[in-house]
Amino acid sequence: MIRSTARVDAVTLEARAAMLVARSIKADAKRAGIELAIACMDLTTLEGKDTPAKVRGLCARGVSPAPGAPSVAAICVYPNLVPAAVEAVAGRAVKVASVATAFPSGLSPLDVKLRETTEAVAAGAHEIDMVIDRSLFLAGRYRAVEDEIRAVRAACGGATLKVILEAGELGSYRAIRAACDIALAAGADFLKTATGKIGVSSTPAIALLLCEAIRDHARLTGREAGLKLAGGIRTTKSALGYLALVCETLGPAWLTPARFRIGASSLLDDLLLQREKAVTGNYGSAAYVATA
Amino acid sequence: MSRATENAAAFAYAPSLESTAPVAIRERYGLFIGGEWAPAADDRTFATINPATEETLALVAHGSAADVDRAVRAARRGYEKYWRKLRPAERAKYVYRIARVLSERAREFAILETLDGGKPIRESRDFDLPQATAHFFYHAGWADKLAWAVDGAERPRPLGVVGAIVPWNFPLMIAAWKIAPALACGNTVVLKPAETTPLTALALAGVCAEADLPPGVVNVVTGDGATGAALVEHPDVDKISFTGSTEVGKGIRRATAGTPKRLGLELGGKSAFIVFDDAPLDQTIEGIVSAIFFNAGHVCCAGSRLLLQESIAEDVTDRLRLRLASLRHGDPLDKNTDIGAINSRAQRDKIAELVRSGIEEGATLVQHDWTPPERGFWYPASFFTNVQPTYRIAREEIFGPVLSILTFRTPDEAIERANNIPYGLSAGVWSSSGALSMYVAERLSAGVVWCNTFNRFDPSSPFGGYKESGFGREGGLTGLRAYLET
Repeated sequence: MIRSTARVDAVTLEARAAMLVARSIKADAKRAGIELAIACMDLTTLEGKDTPAKVRGLCARGVSPAPGAPSVAAICVYPNLVPAAVEAVAGRAVKVASVATAFPSGLSPLDVKLRETTEAVAAGAHEIDMVIDRSLFLAGRYRAVEDEIRAVRAACGGATLKVILEAGELGSYRAIRAACDIALAAGADFLKTATGKIGVSSTPAIALLLCEAIRDHARLTGREAGLKLAGGIRTTKSALGYLALVCETLGPAWLTPARFRIGASSLLDDLLLQREKAVTGNYGSAAYVATA
Repeated sequence: MSRATENAAAFAYAPSLESTAPVAIRERYGLFIGGEWAPAADDRTFATINPATEETLALVAHGSAADVDRAVRAARRGYEKYWRKLRPAERAKYVYRIARVLSERAREFAILETLDGGKPIRESRDFDLPQATAHFFYHAGWADKLAWAVDGAERPRPLGVVGAIVPWNFPLMIAAWKIAPALACGNTVVLKPAETTPLTALALAGVCAEADLPPGVVNVVTGDGATGAALVEHPDVDKISFTGSTEVGKGIRRATAGTPKRLGLELGGKSAFIVFDDAPLDQTIEGIVSAIFFNAGHVCCAGSRLLLQESIAEDVTDRLRLRLASLRHGDPLDKNTDIGAINSRAQRDKIAELVRSGIEEGATLVQHDWTPPERGFWYPASFFTNVQPTYRIAREEIFGPVLSILTFRTPDEAIERANNIPYGLSAGVWSSSGALSMYVAERLSAGVVWCNTFNRFDPSSPFGGYKESGFGREGGLTGLRAYLET
C-alpha cells in the first residue's frame, strides 16, 4: 500500500495548473522571466552519439549563450562525458550535472548504480540526476526505493542530488505524490519530473504536484528542496508559464538556480530569440542564434 | 542582491490589461421594446458606473410601470403575432443565431461585463460568456424536440409572456439562463436587468436585433426595484422567473400569490463546504478559493461556510492562510487579477458591516494584506476562524469574499451542521472516499451537491434551491419544463 497519506484529485489539480501556466506575462516581467529561465537552465545533451567535442560546444554555449545574457545553471551529460564538461566549464560558475543510476531505466544492480554515482562525482560532477527504480516502485517496494535513494544520496557526498521520478510512468497523480514524498524523505535536494526519454514528461499538473510536495515538506521539516522540470519545455511561453506556476505555489524565493531548474536542449534557442525581441523590439532570425 | 534575485523580484507580473477598444458604450441607452429603442415614458434616466473607478459608463433609461406595461404588451403581441405561430425548427434557428452572434462578440461582452460589474476579466471571459452562449446553444437544440422533454405531452405548449428579473452578479449569464429556455419553448420575454449592471443586457438586446428576432420577442426594461415590482404585478405576465435576494423573493411570492402566474425563484444561500480528513487537501484549497473568492464571493451558491473535520482544521487553515496571500487583487481588467471590485458601494458597506459583527461576536479575522485604490469599491479576501454556529457570519449571507470556518467531528455532525440553516442552494463534499461522499450528499438539503469540485455548471444540469434558497430549477430538462404548459 502507498504509505503517503497525501491524496490528489486530478480534475482540480489539472484545472489549477492550467490556470497558473496561463498567467499573462508581459513587459518587464517577461524580460525578467526570460533571464531567469536562462539562468535556471540545465542545458542538456543525453544521446548515445554524444562526444567530447559536442559537449565542449554545448559548454561554451552554456557559459555565454548570447552577448549580455546570463550563463545557464548547469550542463547535463552522461557520466562518460563529465570530464570533458568539467574541463570546458573550469573556472566558470556553470555547474556540471551528470545523470547516473542506469539512466534512463534505472534497472541495474544497486552496486553498479552507486559506483556510477561515485565515479561521476570523482570526475568532477557537481550534481547527480538519478532515476528512481520504477520497477521497484510499481511492484510496491517503496521501502527499497527509499533505501536506494538514501544510498545514492550518501554516494553523492558534497554533490547535489536530483531525483528523477519519471512521473509519466507512475500511473496516477497519487502515485507521483507518493514518489515525491519518498524522495524528499530520503534526502533528495531536487525533485525532477522526467528523464525526457518518454512521451509524457513535464505537464503543468505534474509540475504543480511536485511543487505542492516540496511546499509541504518545507512546512513540515523546514528543508527547502528544489524543483527541476525536464522534457518537453521548448518555448519561451511555456517556460514563463512554469515560472508563474512555481512562483505562485512555492514563492519567488524559489526562482533561483539554487532551487529551480529547467532541463532542456532546444528551449535556449527560443529564449534567445525572444530575448532579442524583448531587448531590440524586433524578432531576429534563428540564423543569428549560435547553436552548439 | 544577485542578478538572479533581482530577476525573481522583477518577475512580479507587469500589468496586463485587456483593451477596452472592442467595446463601444453609448452615452445613453433607451428601453428595448417591440424591437425598437425608446426613452422611458417620463424620460427618467440613471447612471451606471464602473465600480472599479466610480466613473459613469452611461445613462440608462429608468423604466416605470407605464414602460413595463408597454413592454408586456409588445411581448404579448410578439407572442401572438409571431413567436407562437412559428414552427419549432424555425424558432431553433433564431436561438442558434443568438448563440452564434454572442459567441462571435464574446470578447466585447466579457469586457463590458467587467467594466459594468467589476468582476475580473478572466472570469467574464472564461466563465460568464462561455456559459451564456452554452445556454443558448443547448436550448436551441431543444426547441423542436420538446415532446421528448415532457412525458405524455404530444405538443407541450408555451406559457406566453415571461418576466425575467436578473441580479448583478452574473448579469448576462443569468439572463441567458432565463431567455434561452423561454424562447426555445415558444415564450416571449420582458427582461429586467439589475440596476447596477444593465449594460450587457442592453447589448444582448442588440444581439437579438442582429439575429433578426421578430419584434417583441425579447424586450429589455432597465430600472430599479420598482420597475421589477411593476413587472411582477403586471396582470398579463404568465410567469416570473426571479434570481436575487431571499428578501425580494419572498415579496414576489406574496405578490404573485392568488394569481395564475407561474413562479421560479433562485435566491440566497449560505452553502456548506464540507472537508473530511481524507480529502485531497491541496485541491480542496483550490475548491475553497473557488467557493468563496470566485467573483469576489458575489455568488448565490458560494460555499461561504467551511466545515472542517476537527482533526485537519489547523492544517487546512494554515494552507488557506498561505493561499490567501497569493490571491491577486486589483484592476478587474488585468488578465492576472483573481479578485476584482465589489459591485457597489452598498454591497461593500454590507460586507464590512457583517465582518464587524463577526469580530464583535468573537471570531478571528484573517485578511489578505492589501491596500485598495482610493477610488472604487473593494474588499480584500478574508476568512474567519473561531466561528460559532450562532454567529451572524455563520448564518447570514455575506455575498462577499468572506469565509466562515467551523469544525465538526463526525460525518453525521457535518450533515447536521450543514443543514442547520434556512437556506439550501449548494454544498460541497470533499473526501477521497466515494462511499462517504455519497452518504453525505444524499442527506444534504441542497439543490446542488458538488463532490471534490465546486462551481461547476452546465446547461444540461439543473440548478436551484431548497428551503429559502427558492424553488424551481434552471437548466436541464427540469429547467426546460418550467417554461412549458405540461
